[in-house]
Amino acid sequence: MGAAEPIAVPSGSKRTRRRLLRRGPWENAATVIIAVGVFMLMQPFWLPLFTYSFITILTGTIMFIVVSHFPD
Amino acid sequence: MSEPQDSAADKLAARVASATPEPLARRVRGLSDRAIAWLFISPTIVLLLAINIFPLIWTIYLSFTNYKANRINRPIEFIGLRNYERVLTDTDIWHTLQVTAHFLCWTMTLQVVLGFGLAWLINKQFKGHGLWTTVILLPMMLSPAVVGNFWTFLYQPQIGLFNYAVSFVTGIPPSSFQMIGDVNLAPWAIVIVDTWMWTPYIMLICLAGLRSIPDYIYEAAEVDRASKWRQFWSITLPMVLPFLMLAVLFRSIENFKMFDLVVELTSGGPGSVTELASINLKREAFEKWRTGYSSAFAIILFVTVFGAASIYVKALNKVKQR
Repeated sequence: MGAAEPIAVPSGSKRTRRRLLRRGPWENAATVIIAVGVFMLMQPFWLPLFTYSFITILTGTIMFIVVSHFPD
Repeated sequence: MSEPQDSAADKLAARVASATPEPLARRVRGLSDRAIAWLFISPTIVLLLAINIFPLIWTIYLSFTNYKANRINRPIEFIGLRNYERVLTDTDIWHTLQVTAHFLCWTMTLQVVLGFGLAWLINKQFKGHGLWTTVILLPMMLSPAVVGNFWTFLYQPQIGLFNYAVSFVTGIPPSSFQMIGDVNLAPWAIVIVDTWMWTPYIMLICLAGLRSIPDYIYEAAEVDRASKWRQFWSITLPMVLPFLMLAVLFRSIENFKMFDLVVELTSGGPGSVTELASINLKREAFEKWRTGYSSAFAIILFVTVFGAASIYVKALNKVKQR
């Protein structure tokens, strides 16, 4: 039984980053962006929405791939 | 009991070892476990790269060019994002995606309602429920080409059974309407056939969800004097919902890519009222030979399916965690 190791406490900025970069909410946001993009792609109301649908889906998909590597 | 087997395996290993040429055996002996593992999976990886990844990268490249596959001697010109710009401002493409949306929304709604209803009935474990499960699952096991072909006969206005069935129920003369030839009815004709074919799939997944609910939850609800209606909304539906979501996502992705069944039934007609996105893509690529343009359209559809598949994987993980 040696002396207890000191517990490493993360610094303030690290803790804030960890709290902000959690996978769950970011994945939900990416999912919503993809769903909005798919709606824009297939809606019958307004052509400009269709025009910008692909970039929306692409953004959501890339975001999903990136944020799925964030910690839980 | 296992000793003779062990000795047989040892004998086989010794025979293989003696048959291996000495230089090769010496080289393999020097390899680490990790290297041997890579050696075994490398043929699969090479095959995967050649069959899946290379065509994808090649299509991405072609989508930025004016390449036409029927004029292979014409120099390929890099035109940047112009193909994407054309696809995303083309009202014909927009129309095909609306047709796809109509097909997708109605097939999913009907399949969920009917599939869940059938699963709920089959789960009642009545006499002969096993036989009925098999009968209901039959359409799902058929090839789309076969289904498309025989539904074309069923929809014939003169001899088709479907028209006679509608006539029997409604009193309308059977030859007075054409399911495939009519502009208003054709989109519904493809919805009916897809629903007939794929409702059993939704039913099967819902049935798995229903069977996974333990009886003691219902017993506890009975003790608390919860009505059947309350039990359905508070126990059955929430516990089946992840399974149902999974089935809907999977079928949505499949129906977004739907090609064979609709080509066999209507070939996209009459006019273009049943021309789904993938049928239009095939026409652009192999009838009009606009390879660069159709590659851009294919990439747009691919990214859409990939995005939807990401949601699918997320839903799958949630089901696994339960």
